Amino acid sequence: MDIPYTVEVRRDTGLTNGKIGIWLFLASEVMLFGALFASYILIRVGAPTWPRGATILNVPLATFNTLVLISSSVTMVMSWASLKRHRFDTFRIYMAATILLGCVFLVVKYFEYSHKFELGLFPRTNNFLAIYFTLTGLHMLHVFGGMCVNAYFLFPGAKQWKTNPEWFTNRVENSGLFWHFVDLVWIFLFPTLYLL
Amino acid sequence: MTNDHAADIDKHVRIYITVFVTLMALTIVTVAISYLHLPVHLAVSVALFVAFVKGSLVACYFMHLISEKKVIYGVLVLTALFFIALVLLPVLTVSDGFGIHG
Repeated sequence: MDIPYTVEVRRDTGLTNGKIGIWLFLASEVMLFGALFASYILIRVGAPTWPRGATILNVPLATFNTLVLISSSVTMVMSWASLKRHRFDTFRIYMAATILLGCVFLVVKYFEYSHKFELGLFPRTNNFLAIYFTLTGLHMLHVFGGMCVNAYFLFPGAKQWKTNPEWFTNRVENSGLFWHFVDLVWIFLFPTLYLL
Repeated sequence: MTNDHAADIDKHVRIYITVFVTLMALTIVTVAISYLHLPVHLAVSVALFVAFVKGSLVACYFMHLISEKKVIYGVLVLTALFFIALVLLPVLTVSDGFGIHG
């Protein structure tokens, strides 16, 4: 049986099932990160002292990573726009760039984490580092997950472009919504953890 | 952006580039402000305000929320209400001694 409403929109919602599905998923993701942000606030306001993130963490590297993730959001939306323009080759370039920028983000985080471990700074060291590793670790898992989905659409999933281009375009848009959400979370994580 | 025509995409691409440049500039502004060593309350307010502006740009333009269907707005309003409750309720318990400090 075919999956219904992949290209045509439902009358009641005015949306494809994939679009409403990804937004409901993102709503659950907001609550997941919201719970951790609430934990951060609770721990911070209850602590007698709290370190400035910049005294422990590497602000220039994190700034670079912020610029990388914002750039990846642009390449992601441009990959979708390329499909709308029926330019499949351009889509592949932008999607490859998105995955590459995701890799750059994770490599930079690897160096950040490694440096902390070399200095003997672990999640068990103090509450600040515990919440830092939890929030950024969960965010990194999301970046990795998004990269896997994007890699699927770049390589094996791309054959759908020949059989059902509209559905493929919608799926790339939905993947992009997740990717932009991951960018959006980082936009709040960066000042919260590194600058305040 | 559910029913866009391909012809409109060129206009959207120009908007994406503008938003991209704005986000880059706001990132630099965020970092620059942190070097001013403002009082904590002011620093938190300014940093979160800039982050809110950046987040809104991403949500409105990259995620197409500026032209989405009512169902999605409804989902997001509900999510926002629960998010605010999730963040505020634990904070209230420590801010005025609802029992934690008892």
